[in-house]
Amino acid sequence: MKVLLDQDKCVASGQCVVAAEAVFDQRDEDGVALLLTDEPPDDQAGDVKQAAAVCPARAIRYTTD
Amino acid sequence: MARDARCPFDPPPPLHDLQQQAPLTRVRIWDGTEHWLVTRYEEQRELLADPRLSSDVHRAGYPRTAAASGTTRVGFILMDDPEHARLRRLVTAPFMIRRIRAMRPAVQRIVDELIDALLAGPKPVDLVEAFALPVPSLVICDLLGVPYADHDFFQANSKNLIRVSIPAQQRGEAVRNLHDYLAALLLKKAGQPGDDVLTRLARDVENGELTADDAAGIGVLLLVAGHETTANMIALGTLALLENPHQLDLLRNSDDPAMVSAAVEELLRYLNITHNGRRRVALEDIRIGETLIRAGEGVICPTDIGNRDPRAFDHPDDLDLGRDARHHTAFGFGVHQCLGQPLARMELQVVYSTLYRRIPTLRLATGVEDLPFKHDGAVYGVYELPVTW
Repeated sequence: MKVLLDQDKCVASGQCVVAAEAVFDQRDEDGVALLLTDEPPDDQAGDVKQAAAVCPARAIRYTTD
Repeated sequence: MARDARCPFDPPPPLHDLQQQAPLTRVRIWDGTEHWLVTRYEEQRELLADPRLSSDVHRAGYPRTAAASGTTRVGFILMDDPEHARLRRLVTAPFMIRRIRAMRPAVQRIVDELIDALLAGPKPVDLVEAFALPVPSLVICDLLGVPYADHDFFQANSKNLIRVSIPAQQRGEAVRNLHDYLAALLLKKAGQPGDDVLTRLARDVENGELTADDAAGIGVLLLVAGHETTANMIALGTLALLENPHQLDLLRNSDDPAMVSAAVEELLRYLNITHNGRRRVALEDIRIGETLIRAGEGVICPTDIGNRDPRAFDHPDDLDLGRDARHHTAFGFGVHQCLGQPLARMELQVVYSTLYRRIPTLRLATGVEDLPFKHDGAVYGVYELPVTW
């Protein structure tokens, strides 16, 4: 799985961190999402999909092989 | 549109009928203007996330909730990017997940102390006054740097600010009172800085990033949204649980944080207290399914009915704390989604996992039919909730 994050779109809701803590974090100064890894292991795929589904700004996309 | 008094937790029945007919329908609102009413979940999410729809209340065609809408700037809600994003990002840091988690022990202390006071005091008692309002008010005051001693003043004005049915003049007065109050506090913060959001805003004003007027507007938004909404979720959520004792037992008997978190999401979905509908106006022609929304036409998305769409949730009219309701839109959707949602969720998790365990015999001290519901506000709830134990 490959994850793409558009930080310009992010509204810092933090929902990606709640859904997939191993993949996303937030920038200290403004809470904008950070991608910890853009190729998370397979067992994180469900969490990433959840993160993309709840992201209000639609800033997260992913591709699967 | 008012909810049916016989089903105080459900969206107005006409919305249910409209949802069955079509995803979008034309409706006429209070001022005689016609707009698109979006009643299905998927279409609501699609449109609320669409940058071709504007939140700017001053644009022609915007479906206003009342004549006074948008006469004073309250934070960044009724504006578009890039101005909206610029102002919003100035205050997103305090609502980061990590910081909200760090606040949890302090919120637990506030909740425990208020329950101690409830148990030591007389009964029956109004849960709104004695618990539901103080919890989020104490928390947001601490976060913003607002003296809690002023709570009678800001709670009374907040109540009027979100009341749609009162005269425009009275609503405008409430906004001005809060605005002047926050502006004065911000001036004080410049001289006496603290570790709080108002101090940060005061610094942004000093640095020229923010006008004093916008800083006060953001302060009003955070203060009002930070306590009114959560207070209603605490009181109305408690009522919904008392009316569904099997569901209440699940919360009372579980110490699993995942169960409590799921319960909070389900109550947010089921009650959807911001029930006036998210409002937008189209900047361009937008095709959604079979429908063409033309530039300049208004769009209203009542998320209360969207969150009861059977296409998105099985048996949507059942309160089922065990379901996965995380994709609900009770906080809205798109770039305007509630900024304070991590704080609201944490407060509700602490409250729902503590109150009913510490007062296991909590019950209504009056009939549901005698409760005054907030049909006339932008935020739904109960004005009073007399309880005993």
